[in-house]
Amino acid sequence: MTKPSVVKLQDVWVTYHETLALKGVDMEIEDGEFLGLIGPNGSGKTTLIRVILGLVKPDRGKVEVFGVPPDRLGAKHHLVGYVPQRSQGDWSFPVSVIDVVLMGRYGRIGLFKRPSAADRDVAMQALEDVQMQDLARRQLAELSGGQQQRVLIARALATEPKLLLLDEPAAGVDAYGEEKFYEMLKGLKEQQGLTIVVVTHDIAVVSAHVEKLACLNQTLFTHASPTEVITAGTLEKVYGCEVELLAHGRIPHRVVEEHK
Amino acid sequence: MSDVLSYPFMQRALVAAVLVGVVCSVIGTYVVLRKMAFIGAGISHSAFGGVALGYLVGLDPIGIAIPFCLATAMAIGWVSRKGRVSEDTAIGIAFSSTMALGALFIGLKEGYNVDLFGYLFGSILAVSESDLWLILGLGLGVIVVVALLFKELLFVSFDEEMAAVSGLPVQTLYFLLLGLMALTVVISIKIVGIILVEALLVIPAAAAFQLTRNFVRMMMLSVLIGVVSGVGGLFLSYWWDLPSGATIVLTAAAIFFVCFVFSPKRRRRPALAKN
Repeated sequence: MTKPSVVKLQDVWVTYHETLALKGVDMEIEDGEFLGLIGPNGSGKTTLIRVILGLVKPDRGKVEVFGVPPDRLGAKHHLVGYVPQRSQGDWSFPVSVIDVVLMGRYGRIGLFKRPSAADRDVAMQALEDVQMQDLARRQLAELSGGQQQRVLIARALATEPKLLLLDEPAAGVDAYGEEKFYEMLKGLKEQQGLTIVVVTHDIAVVSAHVEKLACLNQTLFTHASPTEVITAGTLEKVYGCEVELLAHGRIPHRVVEEHK
Repeated sequence: MSDVLSYPFMQRALVAAVLVGVVCSVIGTYVVLRKMAFIGAGISHSAFGGVALGYLVGLDPIGIAIPFCLATAMAIGWVSRKGRVSEDTAIGIAFSSTMALGALFIGLKEGYNVDLFGYLFGSILAVSESDLWLILGLGLGVIVVVALLFKELLFVSFDEEMAAVSGLPVQTLYFLLLGLMALTVVISIKIVGIILVEALLVIPAAAAFQLTRNFVRMMMLSVLIGVVSGVGGLFLSYWWDLPSGATIVLTAAAIFFVCFVFSPKRRRRPALAKN
C-alpha cells in the first residue's frame, strides 16, 4: 500500500521578476517522509517552499497540500508548520519567547479572541519539545542564534502541524549544534508523526540525517534516498561541477578533482 | 495656571491634545515597529490636498481630508503591494503629487487664506466644539479597532509572512492599519498640523522603544510620552504664543533625546542566555 501524499506538485512553473525560478517541477511528498531539499544558491528552493505554503502562486501547474490548493486550506491551515530563515526575523522586536510561540496559535484562535489557558499549555509544551521552557519569559533580543532557531520551531509546533517545512534551519549553528539539531528534529518526527522537509545547501550534513533527498536547480533532478542520489552522480548534474562531500555517517567520501 | 484653563478654547485644545497624544502614540507603536514612518509622512502630507480641496469647494477642510487621506493611504498600499513600484517610490509620488494638488486648489481659490498656517503647524485656537467631537469619535474608533485586533496586529507587525501562513488575512490587516493611520493623521491636524503629525506618529513610540523590550509596556510608555508632549507643548504654545504643533513636537523630541541617552539598551549589552 502506498502512503497518502501530503504535498503534490504537478508541472509547477514560477517566474520571479522575469526570472525563471521553477520550471516544470513534479514532486510528491509522502506522509511521514523526512526530506532534505538541496540545491545551489538561487536554485529555487525557497520559492518551492513558498509555493507549498501558498505564498507564491505558480504561473502554471497544480499544487495540492493535504489534498487541496494551499490557499484553500481554510481551517486546515494549522496542518502546515513553517520555520522561516532566521535571518529574516526582526529579533529586536519587543516580545518575549512565549509571546512568539503563542503566535503559532493565533490562526486557530480566530479573530477578536484572546489566547486561552489551553493555548498557553500547547505553547509551553512546544517550548518543552525544543528544550526552551526555562527561557519562556526571556525577551527575544536576549537570545543566542541557536535559541532563536528553536523559538521559531516551537512556534511552528504550536500550531500542531502534520507537515513541517524548515528553510535553512541550521544556518549559523556550529557543527556540534547542527548534529544535535537534526537529532531533535528526528525525535519530533517520531513523537508527533510529522512529515518534515528541510531546505539547505549543506548537503553533507543533511544527507546524514534525512531519509530522502531531493535535488533542485529550477527543475527537480531526483527524489530518492541519500545514497542513491549521491552515487548516481546527480549532484554533479545539479551543481554543474563536482561536489565535495566530507565523510559523514553513512555517506561516501568524495574528493573534488575538477571544479569549474 | 487656573485662569489659563478657564478659557474654553484652551479647555478644548487640552482635551484634543490628550486624545491626539493617545491615538498617535498607539498607532505610532505599529508605525515604528513595522518601519512605516515614511508611509506615515506620505499619508499626513496628503492631508494638505484634502484640506485645500475643502477650502476650494467651501466645505469643512477636515471633513474633506478624511476621504482624501484614506484614499491616498489605500493607493500607496495598493501600488506597493502590487510590487511593480517599490513602496518608497509609491510614497514619494503620492506625497509630492497630493501636496501639489493642494497648492493647485489654493491657487484656484480667489484670495489667499491666512488660516492655512494653522493647518500646517497646528494652533491652540483652532479646535472647535465640532472638531472635538470628531476627534473623540474617530479617536475612540481607532482605539477600539486596535483593541479588538490586538493579537492580529501584533502578529503581522512581527512577522507578516508567518501570519499569512497561519491563515490570517494579512492584506486586509495591512490596509486596515493604513486606514487607521489616515484617521489618526486627520484628527491630529488641528492641534499638531499637517507638516508635524508625522513626528507624533514616530517620536513617542521611538522614545518608548528605547526604554523597554515589552510590547504592551512600549505602547503604554508611548501613550504617556505622547500625552505629556501634547499637554506640555500646549502650555508652551500658550505662554510663548507659538504654533502648538511646533512646541508639542519639540517637547516630544526632547523626551526622545533623554530616553535615547539613558536607554538601558545602550548601557549594557543584552546578556546572552546560556544553553
